Amino acid sequence: MAKKVALLQGNEACAQGALYAGCTFFGGYPITPSTEVAEVLSIELPKIGGKFIQMEDEIGAMASVIGASLTGAKVLTATSGPGVSLKQELIGYACIAEVPCVIINVMRGGPSTGMPTGPGQSDVQQAKWGTHGDHAAIALVPASCQEIFSETVRAFNLAEKYRMPVQVLYDEIVGHSRERIEFPEPGDLEVIDRAAPSVSPEKYKPFDPSFGDVPPLAAFGTDYRFHVTGLNKAADGFPTTKANLVDDEQRRQVRKVDAATDIELNEEYLTEDAEVIIFAYGSTSRSARYAVNEMRKEGIKVGLFRPITLWPFPEKRIAALAQQAKAIVVAEMNLGQMVLEVERVAKGACQISFLGRVDGDPINPGQIMEKVKEVK
Amino acid sequence: MAFDYDKYLRPGKLPHIWCPGCGHGIAMKGLIRAIDACGLEKNNTAIVSGIGCASRLPGYVDFNTLHTAHGRGAAFATGVKMAKPEMTVIVVGGDGDGTAIGGNHFIHACRRNIDMTYVIFNNSIYGMTGGQFSPCTPTGALASTTVYGNPDPTFDISKLAIGAGATFVARTTSFHATQIDKLIAEGIQHKGMAVIEVLDDCPTTYGRRNKFRSVIDMMKKLKDNAVPVAAAAKMTAEQLEGKFLTGVLFKEERPEYTEQYAKVIAKAKAKGA
Repeated sequence: MAKKVALLQGNEACAQGALYAGCTFFGGYPITPSTEVAEVLSIELPKIGGKFIQMEDEIGAMASVIGASLTGAKVLTATSGPGVSLKQELIGYACIAEVPCVIINVMRGGPSTGMPTGPGQSDVQQAKWGTHGDHAAIALVPASCQEIFSETVRAFNLAEKYRMPVQVLYDEIVGHSRERIEFPEPGDLEVIDRAAPSVSPEKYKPFDPSFGDVPPLAAFGTDYRFHVTGLNKAADGFPTTKANLVDDEQRRQVRKVDAATDIELNEEYLTEDAEVIIFAYGSTSRSARYAVNEMRKEGIKVGLFRPITLWPFPEKRIAALAQQAKAIVVAEMNLGQMVLEVERVAKGACQISFLGRVDGDPINPGQIMEKVKEVK
Repeated sequence: MAFDYDKYLRPGKLPHIWCPGCGHGIAMKGLIRAIDACGLEKNNTAIVSGIGCASRLPGYVDFNTLHTAHGRGAAFATGVKMAKPEMTVIVVGGDGDGTAIGGNHFIHACRRNIDMTYVIFNNSIYGMTGGQFSPCTPTGALASTTVYGNPDPTFDISKLAIGAGATFVARTTSFHATQIDKLIAEGIQHKGMAVIEVLDDCPTTYGRRNKFRSVIDMMKKLKDNAVPVAAAAKMTAEQLEGKFLTGVLFKEERPEYTEQYAKVIAKAKAKGA
């Protein structure tokens, strides 16, 4: 049977991906260029008995999804740079309390209000370091409508599997592009549900490391009653300031992502023999791919590395490529954020060249070709 | 037989952090008696708070408990209630938490008339951080950040709640211990947003600084200035000067938020079918 196809905007594809993943709760606050995610879910969620709530502000939106998630719901919020800034404290709360939730950040320029209808890739470090304290971070950066769909599904899976907030970052260009999308049938894409406790309520501890680095999360309103706090806590969830317990807990929560092998996802295009590798993500990677094709016609050995998982950063692969290549050209719509990561892991093994743009226009293939040709 | 509070407390989580003479313990006992009177199931009840002295309450009681971030209790609770409307949701917290940093969430929870009970412990001060003035600190009073006297006007929480749209609003004090459970129980049974303001005392960071020589002095102030709503109706404005009303201040029936949303679901399903 032919797959169901549609012409969808990126933001609409995101909403459809969320529904595919089993999302039943959306809490949000309107902000350009993310609003279509909320609009579509305000229509679709009640049809399946799900809940949509437009909260009074971005902080309330983040709070509402954490509260809803604790009742067992798969939850989503969608916002943009300034909104993510406001949500940061509670993103940290979701980290320490280990509450699964998905945060869509349709990136625009900044700082502050910046250019609400213009694209940007300036929140990529915010996704890692935005909230305070030490914590793991997972951020995905899809580059097409089809991929927004599948990466939104994967974001829910990772949130539920690793019991933590997961951010999906795509720039305004990808969010507002309309593209043909093929709807996966149920079962085509993996959908992971939250692990339920296997012990009796009396024995259940929501942060007990004896259950593994990701202890199961019970739901409010079942037989499992438990305490949730943003304070440092012991295995039973109650506050502690005992140094060893605080240390163990913090390290476990970082380790659960560090040790994971199914989070990293990249795409490489003609990198096998490449002397110059372009590092680009989101809409910039599409310009880069075009540039690679053009330059290959000219006999230039150039390839593209496109992270789909941005955090954790693909350290090993970039380190290996830095050994192989003469140069890595980092192209992104900011004044130098991921280039710092590339430099950090390349450790001087090859030349790192940077192309940034913050005027609200996309980085075009010509600019990338020019930059690649500057490499000595 | 004496009331069995232990049934609702978490063994091993006491003693609480509240200072000797603090009214929060009295209010917590009132809340427990109210829950008992309403026959609430532990598994089906969530108690949510923000940050501050009063907000530590959820740690001590054996329900689904959620100690959130400063000021965000009502917003987390909204998510819990929306996702699982069959649960009874109670929010607790202090005056600074609820009406300063959390003011926006508080007024919008009232506006929605979502079915939750918000017990706000108003001791007129930020206790946990050491006695800075709150939106409920009386004008002229001393706090660690108003050593020359508080220049700010003061919020009347109950009036704020009524103005914002809460459909059950009541006030009592930690002196009127037996009234606390009655009003909270009425709030829990009310369909919609219920706000119960419990005026209580902070001897450590407020009383000490504002020349209350003892906890008894503070309690006496709560006792002497409380005027039941019915009595106030017969008093002149002059007689009511400096007093505050206690009892049920406002009650009305208005559509409740999760019930309204259930209608949205029904409409959407009918359209989708």
